[in-house]
Amino acid sequence: MSFLTINQVSHTYFSKDHATSALSDVSLSIEEGEFISFLGPSGCGKTTLLSIIAGLFPPTVGNVLIEGESGHNRSIGYMLQQDYLFPWKTISENITLGLKLLKHESEDSKIKALELLESVGLTGVENQYPRQLSGGMRQRAALARTLAVDPKILLLDEPFSALDYQTKLRLEDLVSITLKSFGKTAVLVTHDIGESIAMSDKIFLFASHPGRIHKTFDVPEELRSLTPFEVRNHHAYNALFQTIWKELENLEDHA
Amino acid sequence: MKTTPDIHVLHNQYKADLKSEKRRVRVYQLLIFIVFFGGWEIASRLEWVDPLIFSSPSKIWNLFTVKLLDGTLLNHASVTLFETVLGFILGTLLGTLLAAILWWSPFLSKVLDPYLVILNAMPKVALGPILIVALGPGFTSIISMGAIISVIITTIVVYTSFREVDPNYLKVLQTFGATRFQSFKEAILPASFPTIISTLKVNVGLSWVGVIVGEFLVSSRGLGYLIIYGFQVFNFTLVLMSLMIIAVCATIMYQLVAWLERKLIKHG
Repeated sequence: MSFLTINQVSHTYFSKDHATSALSDVSLSIEEGEFISFLGPSGCGKTTLLSIIAGLFPPTVGNVLIEGESGHNRSIGYMLQQDYLFPWKTISENITLGLKLLKHESEDSKIKALELLESVGLTGVENQYPRQLSGGMRQRAALARTLAVDPKILLLDEPFSALDYQTKLRLEDLVSITLKSFGKTAVLVTHDIGESIAMSDKIFLFASHPGRIHKTFDVPEELRSLTPFEVRNHHAYNALFQTIWKELENLEDHA
Repeated sequence: MKTTPDIHVLHNQYKADLKSEKRRVRVYQLLIFIVFFGGWEIASRLEWVDPLIFSSPSKIWNLFTVKLLDGTLLNHASVTLFETVLGFILGTLLGTLLAAILWWSPFLSKVLDPYLVILNAMPKVALGPILIVALGPGFTSIISMGAIISVIITTIVVYTSFREVDPNYLKVLQTFGATRFQSFKEAILPASFPTIISTLKVNVGLSWVGVIVGEFLVSSRGLGYLIIYGFQVFNFTLVLMSLMIIAVCATIMYQLVAWLERKLIKHG
């Protein structure tokens, strides 16, 4: 059985004047340890799907199973476009926040959390406040906060889109290597074709109005073992990029 | 190497400019003080204004020393200060608590919305007579006046700030399985601290109004009583002296709140 199963999920947003269909009949499954991407233009419902996977709200129709269970008590980690570190908490308070809320806080888990901080390349900042750190450093701390609760699955909602290009490339490598070393399953939402190829094993291309899966691409085996930066320099990268690019163009022509 | 001394000189120049500007501000502040009180004294002595009504700084000072030495002033001032501080703390705490309840229940907040608007628009000091009859002419009713005057506006302002907290912070907490109470404690309340502190600053002034009016009505002790008494016996020196003391106390309270703000909001 698959690790994550999405069964015929549809979602509609209601307002006084409109009922907007954000997702229509989405089904897919992910194996443990896989890194997949939801790629698509804005308005294709990819963030909605991620929120549903996270259990932030139930879908209008369908269900999501993680290891065969639905329930709200999912062990998930969520990363947003911006770090959303709490400005009134120190870095160490921020990264142990999840532990505190889940009541897993112990000396042991705290030490582990601080080790995580080290493994994402942040040392000596435990007692600083977020504003004292650069954007890239803050997003690293947010990654450590997400990993500190040892989630079964990581949901990444365009976590690199607010960063400058260089920082983004560096963080892509860091996230990819870190997640691989912990054997985490991850779902990345992005509108950046290159990023989806560089980071994931499988790409789900979404079409919009209503959001649905248009096509699925498997990233070639030879790219999967490379770091995102190396992937971008590989000849197979360009071929896949062109294919996805054309699909996206087609989608927009039809729209 | 050549630029280093230049930068040093420029920096010193900059610091000297800052210092001299600060000194100029102080000089002008002092000047206003001297002109105001000096002008007042002269105008009163030369009877440009009626000395019976407007008194004069020297008379006020003399009365101040007399009252200070016989102990009555300290007695009245401490009563008023106590009532104001308590009214102010109560008003702010109750207002914040009400705001928390409204945040907790969006339904309740929708239901209560028009009532809050009406209560806010109503002049609360008009409730004074009823409070005094209901709670008795003493501490309790005066403190209630000090609190009631600030509680509704605190509720409205703090509730608005609760609602304006970036929902993404709540999203982060929700993914960690936070309960509504945990979300409130970890995100909503600390994110609203700056707003709460700034309502404290407003409430300092409001509570003085509530307490002084309360003392006008109860008329037994306190600076408000001294003002009413002075008015009744046509001793405006006493009225003005009480007013001066209120001004000084209110300023000190305001500075304390500002100090608290710097202590609490260390990350900003």
